[in-house]
Amino acid sequence: MKPFTYERVSTAAAAAAAAAANPGAKFIAGGTNLLDLMKLEIEAPTHLIDVNATGLDKIEPTAEGGLRIGAMVRNTDLAADVRVRRDYPVLSRALLAGASGQLRNKATTSGNLLQRTRCPYFYDTNMPCNKRAPGSGCGAMDGISRQLAVIGGSDACIATHPGDMPVAMRVLDAVVETVDAAGKTRSIPMADFHTLPGDTPEVETVLKQGEFITAVTLPAPVGGRQIYHKVRDRASYAFALVSVAAIVQPDGTGRVAFGGLAHKPWRVEEAETEMPNGARAVTARALADADPTGDNAYKLSLAERTLALVLAEAKE
Amino acid sequence: MKFDRPATTNPSDRMAVLGQPHTRIDGKLKTTGTAAYAYERHDAVEGQLYGYPLGAGIARGHVLAMDTREAEAAPGVVTVVTTLQMEKLPQDDRNIVRLFGGPEIVHYHQAIAVVVAETFEQARAAANMIRVTYDEDTSEIYNLAEKREMVEDQDIQTHTNVGDFHTAFGQAEVKLDATYVTPPQTHVMMEPHASIAHWTDGRLRVWTSSQMIDWHRQALATTFSLDPEAVHVESPFIGGGFGGKLFLRADAVLAALGAKKAGRPVKVALPRPMVINNTTHRAETIQHIRIGATKEGKITAIFHDCVSNTPPGGAGEDATNQTRYFYAGEHRLIVNRLAQVRLPESNSMRAPGEAAGLMALEVAMDEMAEKLGMDPVEFRIANDTQVVPENPSQKFSQRRFVECLRHGAETFGWTNPKPMSQRDGDWLIGHGMSGAYRGAPAQPSGARVRLQPNGRLIVETDMTDIGTGSYTILAQTAAEMTGLPMDRIEMRLGNSSFPVSSGSGGQFGAASSTAGLYAACVALRAMIAERMQADPDTLDFRDGQVIDGARSLPLSGFASEGEMVAEDKIEFGDFRSKEYKLATFAAHFVETRVNAYTGEIRLQRMLSVCDAGRILNPVTARSQVIGGMTMGVGSALMEKLDVDDKRGFFVNHDLAGYEVPVHLDIPQQEVIFLTGDDPVSTPLKAKGVGELGISGVAAAVANAIHNATGVRVRDFPITLDKFIDRLPPV
Amino acid sequence: MTAAPRPHPVPTGTSVRLTVNGQPADLVLDPRVTLLDALREHLQLTGSKKGCDHGQCGACTVMVNGRRINSCLSLAVMHDGDEVTTIEGIGTPDALDPMQEAFVSHDGFQCGYCTPGQICSAKAVLEEIRQGIPSHVTRDLEHVSFSDDELRERMSGNSCRCGAYANILAAIREVEERA
Repeated sequence: MKPFTYERVSTAAAAAAAAAANPGAKFIAGGTNLLDLMKLEIEAPTHLIDVNATGLDKIEPTAEGGLRIGAMVRNTDLAADVRVRRDYPVLSRALLAGASGQLRNKATTSGNLLQRTRCPYFYDTNMPCNKRAPGSGCGAMDGISRQLAVIGGSDACIATHPGDMPVAMRVLDAVVETVDAAGKTRSIPMADFHTLPGDTPEVETVLKQGEFITAVTLPAPVGGRQIYHKVRDRASYAFALVSVAAIVQPDGTGRVAFGGLAHKPWRVEEAETEMPNGARAVTARALADADPTGDNAYKLSLAERTLALVLAEAKE
Repeated sequence: MKFDRPATTNPSDRMAVLGQPHTRIDGKLKTTGTAAYAYERHDAVEGQLYGYPLGAGIARGHVLAMDTREAEAAPGVVTVVTTLQMEKLPQDDRNIVRLFGGPEIVHYHQAIAVVVAETFEQARAAANMIRVTYDEDTSEIYNLAEKREMVEDQDIQTHTNVGDFHTAFGQAEVKLDATYVTPPQTHVMMEPHASIAHWTDGRLRVWTSSQMIDWHRQALATTFSLDPEAVHVESPFIGGGFGGKLFLRADAVLAALGAKKAGRPVKVALPRPMVINNTTHRAETIQHIRIGATKEGKITAIFHDCVSNTPPGGAGEDATNQTRYFYAGEHRLIVNRLAQVRLPESNSMRAPGEAAGLMALEVAMDEMAEKLGMDPVEFRIANDTQVVPENPSQKFSQRRFVECLRHGAETFGWTNPKPMSQRDGDWLIGHGMSGAYRGAPAQPSGARVRLQPNGRLIVETDMTDIGTGSYTILAQTAAEMTGLPMDRIEMRLGNSSFPVSSGSGGQFGAASSTAGLYAACVALRAMIAERMQADPDTLDFRDGQVIDGARSLPLSGFASEGEMVAEDKIEFGDFRSKEYKLATFAAHFVETRVNAYTGEIRLQRMLSVCDAGRILNPVTARSQVIGGMTMGVGSALMEKLDVDDKRGFFVNHDLAGYEVPVHLDIPQQEVIFLTGDDPVSTPLKAKGVGELGISGVAAAVANAIHNATGVRVRDFPITLDKFIDRLPPV
Repeated sequence: MTAAPRPHPVPTGTSVRLTVNGQPADLVLDPRVTLLDALREHLQLTGSKKGCDHGQCGACTVMVNGRRINSCLSLAVMHDGDEVTTIEGIGTPDALDPMQEAFVSHDGFQCGYCTPGQICSAKAVLEEIRQGIPSHVTRDLEHVSFSDDELRERMSGNSCRCGAYANILAAIREVEERA
């Protein structure tokens, strides 16, 4: 871990200002991913801005009937919030499917959105990785890619976003709220928040340097049967091979987003019109452009079958 | 003491303390965090510095240059030791590949430097400042299937060739011919390899985490060209080993090199992401099995061919061993082949040989039973043997495999359901079973007992407790033999000042080390008998008293003038292996669920019935077996080191990438030990169970998955990507 | 206009006051020191274990302000003013906590290396269930109750390679049933 200076800020504005003043700075909240990466020098900030005391740890109702989730709300608290459990159960379920009790006690809402890929080549600094070291190549494509992306990848990168919560946020049409050093706020729909790797896999979100996430806003509840099903190699404490976040209405219409398939939570709104026609119809459209490797083609069948299970469960 | 004939009645038979379910005597230390492991020995020596290792960034080639200027100038750095500063260090015979020194790189994450600094953070940061230039050799082939076709004659060993396998198999009424793959696996003991080293006056002291104290002492002496007497090794608490801490590893070498150069004690722990490629692993195997039988289910011909990966000079994973002994059959051909693959060193991991071998053989037996239309329990019973099939004059000292099967079937409620015949909603339910075989070796083992004036007994042996329960069963042995209560026994283990023991490995530790302590206690009893001018065979030691007929003396009285010390070691005669075959047996039963949609597998219950001689402590023995069952679940469902064939390394080299079972993976587990003892094994009539527990478990899980889904996966682990497309459509 | 990145600084000591097992601990630390290393190396409280240093095993689990966390993935300087409870604060060999006693009586450990983390987690898990915090296996998110699978799921962040899971479960269940 490279040395850094450390400061603690008490407001979002101060956080954004501190970051704008120092391009080598990083925000630290839970630290559960950042410190992991700093120990390996995959991340090497020169300055850490501790944002835990910014007071953004509340979940409040919005005028539109939704919820505004402070950026520093811990995963445990968000999953356990009675309003989330009642009105947005897909979000509770997604959070509870992630990591472990200890990690959820620490990990934050904004930090979870910014979690970086778990591609093993990204994690090994001796190996080529265009995301970690742009231009160095991709070790996974001719190496081990069983866990990696089947859609939305590029010649540069087939990493996946490892998160669970963001998949639920995507299906809920959540909006990420930010502030910058100038005090300018921005609302970024989840659909636009994460980017695909393209030629710049080192870029993972549309955030600008110094832009600070203050909250994630959920629209008014949409009801329906809400299910998050995560398939992994062991029963708990593992990243998804495939996950499905779905909201299914009594008439069979609804929404679905997939985790474990792409560089971002994967949702294709046009494909959702097929939901009353069953899982195969949905995945045929949502994953039509899939380009899997030999190692990860199974994810296509798995995604379809997992969605089939979710749709069957929704009918119960 | 020479154990050269089967045991007869002896003082251990009283079983007043031995065989009783004592909780661990080190339990209070381990549950309160007061048991200090290697890296935690702040008490060991003042002024410890921190060493942080650097591993090679390539799998093969040479280091051309290492620029250490930035690292050496970094804050807090005391010294930097690099592989280019010395020739390859002398290598102990037990290590297959080098640990340190010289420019040649033979595997990924081979240690190439250690940075010594005042703090951990300084050392870690500086280690990353070393700039290394390599000449990389990319010509190697790392793929075992490819290397399988290139095995040289000298690397092929025919263990068994009796009768005429090919003719018998050709004529067999029912045949199976199948190939199985077991993946490379890694130990993942929870404590990474760690050592503190300190030099004084040319003598080396090392506080480390070792299963085998004397092997470490000898290897350190070899490495640093010292007299073994000049090396002191301590390892009283070990955070797991499973074979991964049998041999000297880079942590101790780097700590010793760093300490020598810095002139101060240095401690080094291998960073977790470096452990997997830097240390040893269980080799991958490709196993070809052919079984021929009569239509009544008698095996007539059996063939087992295994190929596994090893660097030159190693033994790989010989997965054929159990096939020589487990089932009857007249015509037998058993061959082991070594493919030279220059990955990191493959070496022992829990039940080396059998763990991988039974994953294949016991699935093959299930497939064969299915072909025969027989209950797999009955098929195994029909092919039981009480003599070694390839050498019928050699008989098993004790073999109650059939009893394990019958008792297990009854307890489990085994009905041999048809594949895909059980379902609960979205879940397919399957039952599976397997047999298990694991040898019962014994090794020489020494101990010393010191009777104190205060009536306490100090036991000293370099035996280790890697979680196996050695502290407790040795204390029980001493208590049984001296008649002292457990709380008067003081155990001192894991120190090279003490008599050399068997150490912990190969399932021989419990049986051997208790036998060694038995010998020392017999020596103490003889000394006391001599003082009393009594016949040692008629003396009774109980309740702190020595009783000779009507005469009863307090044991402590014999040390009133000063401690009384007795030392001996057990040595095992070759009758054990010449006249007999010693082994342990088990039957495993598993119920699992497989999601009909997603293929997710969730075990529901597990049962193991074990035949392993006298059980010295049913609490710790049971823990050994459930631990093995749990690791067997890992083998069945998730554990696999992913080999990057192009770059020659294990890709998933951390605990997020290499998944081992977590709490939610493990269902209710039941263990039954058949009662009894095996007088051929040791004076205590005991055998090990620590490796029996893993042997065969993965096959039982695999067979249960087949029973649930109708799908047979012969390539472990059985992850859903391998069968999702073979499940019935939904 | 964007400022130029600053170089990595020379680390200087940062003052941190922790309360560890009820005792104040004033430390001056390199900001890179994790909470785990502050405990193990600076306070010599080695009961909390380093199994992976990357949040992948749970051996380093401690309680901070009453909640369990992985102390390896937290910087000590982020805990100024916090109350930390480690295994040493839960019980001692002469005065075991009921959870420690239950681990001994059910043989809920073998090598012992993951054990302090298991015990810290186990105590926190019972509290989390009492507080009604749901888990991945909770059937009805609005009604949290005690079950073997709840314990298994909630303990899944603590790996035990010796495979003592079944016995750990028995130990926790006994403590819960006696409570």
